Amino acid sequence: MTLLKRGLSRRRVLQTGMAGIIGTGVAPLMFTKGAWAQEFCNNPTGDTVTLGLNLPLTGAYAEEGADEQKAYELAIKHLNGEGDGGLLNLLQPSALKGNGILGKKVAFVTSDSQTKADVARAGATRMVERDGAIMITGGSSSGEAVAVQGLCQEMGVIFMAGLTHSNDTTGKDKKRYGFRHFFNAYQSGVALGPVLGQEYGKDRKAYHLTADYTWGWTQEESMKNATEALGWETVAAVRTPLGAGDFSQFLTPVLNSGADVLILNHYGNDMVNSLTQAVQFGMRDREVNGKQFQIVVPLFSELMAKGAGPNIKGIFGTSNWHWNLQDAGTQAFTKSFGAAYGAPPSQAAHTCYVQTLLYADACERAGTFYPPEVIKALEGHEFDGMGNGPTLYRAADHQCMKNVLVVRGTENPTSEYDVLEVVQEVSRDAVDYDPAIFGGDLGPAEPAPIC
Amino acid sequence: MFEAIFLQFLNGLDKGSAYALIALGLTLVFGTLGVVNFAHGALFMLGAFCAVLFRQLMTMETITIDPTKLSPWGAPLEVRAPLVQAWFGDFGAVLVNYSVPFSIILTIPVMLLVGIAFERGIIKHFYKRPHAEQILVTFGLAIVAQEIIKSIFGPNPIPQPMPEAARGAADIGIWLGMQANVITYPIWRLVYFLFAGVIIGGVFAFLQFTTFGMVVRAGMADRETVGLLGINIDRRFTIMFGLASVVAGLAGVMYTPLLPPNYHMGMDFLVLSFVVVVVGGMGSLPGAVAAGFLLGILQSFASMTQVKAIVPGIDQVIIYLVAVIILLVRPRGLMGRRGVMEA
Repeated sequence: MTLLKRGLSRRRVLQTGMAGIIGTGVAPLMFTKGAWAQEFCNNPTGDTVTLGLNLPLTGAYAEEGADEQKAYELAIKHLNGEGDGGLLNLLQPSALKGNGILGKKVAFVTSDSQTKADVARAGATRMVERDGAIMITGGSSSGEAVAVQGLCQEMGVIFMAGLTHSNDTTGKDKKRYGFRHFFNAYQSGVALGPVLGQEYGKDRKAYHLTADYTWGWTQEESMKNATEALGWETVAAVRTPLGAGDFSQFLTPVLNSGADVLILNHYGNDMVNSLTQAVQFGMRDREVNGKQFQIVVPLFSELMAKGAGPNIKGIFGTSNWHWNLQDAGTQAFTKSFGAAYGAPPSQAAHTCYVQTLLYADACERAGTFYPPEVIKALEGHEFDGMGNGPTLYRAADHQCMKNVLVVRGTENPTSEYDVLEVVQEVSRDAVDYDPAIFGGDLGPAEPAPIC
Repeated sequence: MFEAIFLQFLNGLDKGSAYALIALGLTLVFGTLGVVNFAHGALFMLGAFCAVLFRQLMTMETITIDPTKLSPWGAPLEVRAPLVQAWFGDFGAVLVNYSVPFSIILTIPVMLLVGIAFERGIIKHFYKRPHAEQILVTFGLAIVAQEIIKSIFGPNPIPQPMPEAARGAADIGIWLGMQANVITYPIWRLVYFLFAGVIIGGVFAFLQFTTFGMVVRAGMADRETVGLLGINIDRRFTIMFGLASVVAGLAGVMYTPLLPPNYHMGMDFLVLSFVVVVVGGMGSLPGAVAAGFLLGILQSFASMTQVKAIVPGIDQVIIYLVAVIILLVRPRGLMGRRGVMEA
């Protein structure tokens, strides 16, 4: 009645309207800052958060897959405050507390990708849709990585790639939701080229055998660029099917090609088989063009070296990381992994372990699991203590920029694990490149797709 | 160019040896029992794993802890000592070095028993069923065998080293009066080819020159008449199934240094071997062997850089292409018998 008696003044209307606007619109936004109201895929609501491990437990890269699984389980233990903490205490800077991620206990689900892109994609879909995975990680082939990364972009789920070395993963196929810690084929070529020139001279004829999928193609291209820049001639580049097993039909043409270097752009069991069979064909005992015939394996791993046995001795390649580096991070991880599993970790295990920690740390720093905020926390993030020296997660392509190792098969091993020796640690600056050279488009982070 | 062609010819003989050995076993089973045995690739794989098992037994170790030394991860060092060498001294070292050829001793009885168990346990119940059902049940048997091996030995290939003496390459060029290093070829692949020749020759001699073989051949031609003569032909055919298993197993054993065995290696060979059998002519033993070598050599030549430059990817399809052409021209295959697998 009072209101009617006094009438509605203009000031009163404005005051009431402003109060209403503030009360119903702005204030809730203030209180829910950082909550994003469940509007993203698999927002964890209980007291656990689930990670999806997409592992090649069978197929050409199964050895790597088994080691990756061990590394993930160790990383998750450490994140949950169990075990010796591993690299949790050495990551710099770090927001990790050893109480899970954002106070939620970390759980995991797994899927066997069979080292096949389509199976990897199906497994990732299942883990996101059925098991509620907030993040997908793993893989040992770039075919898998590119396929799963594309899927994760569509589903709004972050993908922390395992072992993938193709230029395409953070090049033409890069995605906003995909991140790679591992180095790439381009960096292998840049790091390895000068060492090959120094060891084998400038006048060489190279024959490439190349795994016929994205990684092999970019590895071959990168090695061709690096060796042709030295003055080497490329005699032939022959594609071989992934998982071929018997490479004899591809190796015999090498013998009469006039080539004096065989570059095996193979990985995993393919590399073990092709290298072993090349040695059986007597290639390492041959002299061609007045020079000792040489074999080069641009991407090496400890597991492959162990599988190939004495055939690997003296052969050059590159590696993302190696357990016998002397920095504190490497030593801590090797100790932790060795104590748990009775063998030193492979580079595949290392990259997967680090990726898990980096994702967890990014969530902690972002204060949320909301993927666009986690992406922001990872992009341009500079860190150290993980065994690779100071490392940058480059914002432009989501490629980690760090040192690259040139390695060689150990001539006189002191133990069954002493299979590779680090010849040179090529600095991060030396393997830096303009991300634009490989094209691609990261795409948007927002609006975050709802799976 | 001659060197390249000659090397591919050798490669073809090597591949053909494996195809011929597997196809020979398949044809033995089909020719005697009339069964299309899709588990035959699994028998090849089981033979390879006999070699793996033998080597694992030969390389068993005792593990002692040396507290004075540390592993790279700071734990007390495990010192491993080979058990067989401790027991048998130098002979133990020979057993380890020659584990692949020695594993034949284990493979023959194991594969014979496996073959007889397959035949008596399952396959005999499907003799009078349609071929489609035989294929289904033997295919299922192959998958069961694969999964058992996978659960015991794991999913990853297990490399089997060849004996020291057979490592490296033989200089065949010198044998042919050429300069050194012009034509070299891995010794073990030559060994495999010779081994295949001995096995194939042995099987043919067994069928040709023994009374048992004569009865089996008679049974293959007319089972009912042989039965009417009072001969237990079923028992002989069971033994032939065991023999076919042994042939497949031995092919697998000797192949292990060339391709590390894994649980699905049999499937990789099975499809090709069936093509070989069909091209050779269902039920024809000489046809299977001839087609095995023919297709191996053709596949090898198709993988030459010069050939692939003209027809890219031809090495992947050549076998199937040739199979289609032969079946169009000669529907019974190269040496197929009238009435076999014909309505």
